[in-house]
Amino acid sequence: MTAQDIIFYLLAAFTLVTGFLAVTTTKIFRSAIFLLFSLIGIAGIYFWLEYEFIAAVQIIVYVGGIVVLIIFSIFLTQEAGSNLPDTALSKKITGGLAVVFGFGFTLLQVLQHKFIGTTEQGIEPNVANIGNRMLGVNEFGYSLPFEVVSILLLAAMVGCIVIALKKPAEK
Amino acid sequence: MTGIGLSHILVVSIALFFIGVYGFLTRRNMIMMLMSIELILNSVNLNFIAFNKYLWANKMDGLFFTIFIIAIAAAEAAVAIAIIINLYRSHKSIDVEDASDLKF
Repeated sequence: MTAQDIIFYLLAAFTLVTGFLAVTTTKIFRSAIFLLFSLIGIAGIYFWLEYEFIAAVQIIVYVGGIVVLIIFSIFLTQEAGSNLPDTALSKKITGGLAVVFGFGFTLLQVLQHKFIGTTEQGIEPNVANIGNRMLGVNEFGYSLPFEVVSILLLAAMVGCIVIALKKPAEK
Repeated sequence: MTGIGLSHILVVSIALFFIGVYGFLTRRNMIMMLMSIELILNSVNLNFIAFNKYLWANKMDGLFFTIFIIAIAAAEAAVAIAIIINLYRSHKSIDVEDASDLKF
């Protein structure tokens, strides 16, 4: 077992343990913090896979954006220190059974399936290649989805403002 | 050559996916459910990156799927939180059991 393997196992264990704590802890603020650590662990796995740009985007968007948004909404909607009501045991059992069986069957499928990859020379996933592809209009370009996502983000931003806007008091 | 292959990463992402599903099924708080969805989306991203690296390194499709999923997840989280805050204003609760106005 090389040092690289040990680092991967540590990152995977960190991600899974903090993810599990995030969905099972009773205090909602702690849950958000555990989610933050889980997302950082996934960014670490991206770094381990040598996809540095994706790892940086993961940290900026998820850790810096979404988790902060979630924490603000926790502060706006409830007392952060209080415990959440405990879920019913029957719900826990049915959810746990569904998850265990789903996990087992999917794991069986993945371990039995033989993946056949390409043997061609790979492309370095660096920022120059990503930028050229993302704004390219040729065969391998992604400029149409890029524009669609831009419109989606604009629409989502306008929609958020309209939904969350306080209605003016009626005269 | 390292001993970690595609299946190791797939096992991690499957486990993360089902942790998210467990949270989604058992928690009744809307913010908790949103966090579970974030975990599920992250496991999918990890899958795409692993397939891109180990199977189709000559293309960048998985990488771009991941980038677009991250952008869409950000939009989704923002809209969901706007809806949750609006719901809290009218119902003073963000428990899904309390949001039953449309229930027949």
